[in-house]
Amino acid sequence: MSKIVLTVDDSRTMRDMLMLALGDAGFTVVQAVDGIHGLEVLETMAMPDVIITDINMPRMDGFGFIEGVRKSERHRATPILVLTTESDSVKKERARSAGATGWIVKPFNPDKLIDAVRRVAA
Amino acid sequence: MDPLEAIKVTFFQECEEQLSELESGLLAMEQGETDSETVNAVFRAVHSIKGGAGAFSLEPLVRFAHVFETTLDDVRAGKLAPDNNVVKVMLRAADVLADHVRAARDGGVVEEARSQELAAALEALNGEAPLATIVSEAFDDMPGLDFTPLAVSDDDGFGDDFGFTPLSAGIIELEPEGPALRRWTVHLRPKNALYAKANETGLLLRELKRLGDIQVSIDGSELPGLAELEPEQAYLAWTVVLTTDRSQSDIQEVFEFVDGDCDLTITADDVTRFPPMMEEASTDEPFDVMALIQQAQADVQAAPAPPIMAEILAAPALAPAPVITASAPSIPAPAVATAAAGVAPDAAHGAAAQQATIRVDLDRVDRLIDLVGELVINQAMLAQRVTESGVPRSSNIAMGLDDLEHLTREIQDSVMAIRAQPVKSVFQRMPRLVREVAAMTGKQVRLVTEGEGTEVDKTVIERLTDPITHMIRNAIDHGLERPEVRVAAGKGPEGTVRLSAAHRSGRIVIEVSDDGKGIDRPRVRQIAIDKGLIEVDSNLSDEDVDNLIFMPGFSTASSVSDISGRGVGMDVVKRSIQGLGGRIAITSRPGQGSTFTLSLPLTLAVLDGMVVSVCDHTLVAPLTAIIESLQPKAQDVRAIGPDAYVIAIRDTYTPLIDVGAMLGYRTTPLDPTKGVALLVEGEGGARAALMVDAIQGQRQVVIKSLEANYRQVEGIAAATILGDGRVALILDVDNVVAARRREKARSDAKLAAAG
Repeated sequence: MSKIVLTVDDSRTMRDMLMLALGDAGFTVVQAVDGIHGLEVLETMAMPDVIITDINMPRMDGFGFIEGVRKSERHRATPILVLTTESDSVKKERARSAGATGWIVKPFNPDKLIDAVRRVAA
Repeated sequence: MDPLEAIKVTFFQECEEQLSELESGLLAMEQGETDSETVNAVFRAVHSIKGGAGAFSLEPLVRFAHVFETTLDDVRAGKLAPDNNVVKVMLRAADVLADHVRAARDGGVVEEARSQELAAALEALNGEAPLATIVSEAFDDMPGLDFTPLAVSDDDGFGDDFGFTPLSAGIIELEPEGPALRRWTVHLRPKNALYAKANETGLLLRELKRLGDIQVSIDGSELPGLAELEPEQAYLAWTVVLTTDRSQSDIQEVFEFVDGDCDLTITADDVTRFPPMMEEASTDEPFDVMALIQQAQADVQAAPAPPIMAEILAAPALAPAPVITASAPSIPAPAVATAAAGVAPDAAHGAAAQQATIRVDLDRVDRLIDLVGELVINQAMLAQRVTESGVPRSSNIAMGLDDLEHLTREIQDSVMAIRAQPVKSVFQRMPRLVREVAAMTGKQVRLVTEGEGTEVDKTVIERLTDPITHMIRNAIDHGLERPEVRVAAGKGPEGTVRLSAAHRSGRIVIEVSDDGKGIDRPRVRQIAIDKGLIEVDSNLSDEDVDNLIFMPGFSTASSVSDISGRGVGMDVVKRSIQGLGGRIAITSRPGQGSTFTLSLPLTLAVLDGMVVSVCDHTLVAPLTAIIESLQPKAQDVRAIGPDAYVIAIRDTYTPLIDVGAMLGYRTTPLDPTKGVALLVEGEGGARAALMVDAIQGQRQVVIKSLEANYRQVEGIAAATILGDGRVALILDVDNVVAARRREKARSDAKLAAAG
């Protein structure tokens, strides 16, 4: 039974790259396009083992999404990784305060991505 | 295709979308809409492009996007006010960004000077000194590699009561001495925040285990009695003795995510001694939770074990950890237990939440449109046959057929609408064009667009860009005056070009108007005379003079300027419009400006046609090409050579073309007085009168390609199937007229040679 990852990113390119890297590593990938969509999808899908989210998104950004996840009873203990650019420690800290478990630096190296996922997924 | 290559294609498609978002966002900001939503959207567009570009290592694009993004971040954060100047710089930067994207996609390069110029302009806005190059960060390096000592002191007064003395020894940076095994002691005391962020000690221990051998012991001394136990509070601490050949930074990296959410020390054995507690706590046997709880219970006055205890004991341990971690019970056991019954990947796949759209292969849509075209033809045929069979109009069959006809028309309209797109995609390219042409000609121009939501079939949209581009260039280059001239004429220095689209009587009408100086009629007239396009003494109305600019070979620029010239004149524009089945006209008021009006059919798949008989054949002539039809009178027809006739139409002699003869349907020419002449306008305004036997009527017909099904035929544009099932050829009016001229030229040449 492969692990399930929910990826939330408004960029089609990013979603495709995440799908490729995670899919190749044997994960089942579910995708959402922004924070609001992510929260909606979370309610209907099987519980993910890990969530990966971008920060800059329309409608609801990564911070709002993480906060939303942490507020929900069902998902508050699901590991969340944020996609962040290397130079933005402010954003990273903010994501952490919102409840992010860890982070992945963009542009991501597929191996590092899988590594990060593994580190936080039970 | 290699999956990464496929994603690259997606990336460039996405870039185009982002670039257009960027442009419209910046234009909105130019109009004063600088709310956070707009600014954020602009930021995200550039951010997105940069992100993807980085993934594909498109360095020049990344570098430029980075500078642009920094500027936008400042605007977003309120550090840089988006006044008019700033937005203008950003608009130009957007143009350069677009160039970078296209260069990356098509393998070209962006002119270095221009890129640097804009980058410098952006950096000036950021308030930074221009960088020669932007150093790309080492993505692979761990942040904060030179780590500083972790202070262990803890606010809770941790440890003092239990003799577990924290070691606040400074961590000496030991150079990893190659692969020699060393012993490290790791103390970890998680804080609440660690768990709140869904980090797990067990997982951290698992990661440590991957570095080498570990011995783990737990310190549960802080754990209160059950009555005081807060489920989400952290009470436990661990000590791990790790034997590994990895470096300290490798060990540190394990705790990267929890840095700050725990008290952590990592010390190498040979530097410090173990704290006393270590001896007692270290154990090779799995830690006994029961014993710990019982001990805690013993400290509290006899309280019966509440039922919750049983659950805590029963909670499944995290399998990989050698230690039972008493995680807060409210954190559910991870995925292992929740084997998904209904994983719904398809729910989220490809569904864009915002607009409920789907992506469809264009081929499928084209096929659907073809099939619907066939359906329309078939329905018409059926209706005709039923009528011919004598079934009364009031019968059920006839009425059913009427319903069918309505339904079919509706299906056709709906299907056409699928492929219909707003002209916005064409209009969107114009602001940039206007900026460039204005800059090149030294004029100040404002572009106003209207009706960009007007929809047209995809087949037409693609062919609109060129004509509209030429007209706008023309308007700016020739129509609008330079700022000084305008001011002298009492106008504002900035000229306005207005581009609009609207539906009008089943067609789409596009207007390009300017408030410039209008057509210089005397000059146009003179040029036409000089070029031999008109007679010196010809009597032309103002409108006629205006239309002279559409004649082939006409160009008012004395030096063909780079932008409007290129050997392209309005005649080419007119021809391409006519090729689409459209019409173009111009109106002008001297000193006030000119307006080009384009009218186009909504789709190229369907044609309004005049159905005519030629010999025993039925042909269709595009209605848009026909100016009028008339019954030739004997006295109007003159022969000007063997088999060459002209017909007098209001003082002008127009070539009379026997269509039947030309297509080879008849060998003896038709008596003009027995037929009907269709006055048509073809290539470059050339007119001709087409002789046909009779007019059957006007009808909308579905165009079927002859080339796809047969081959290209001279004089024939396409074919259609009429209601009675017969195939009718659609005349290519331009072709017929041109062929006639060529013939005439040839025969003239022959005559000349003979004479």
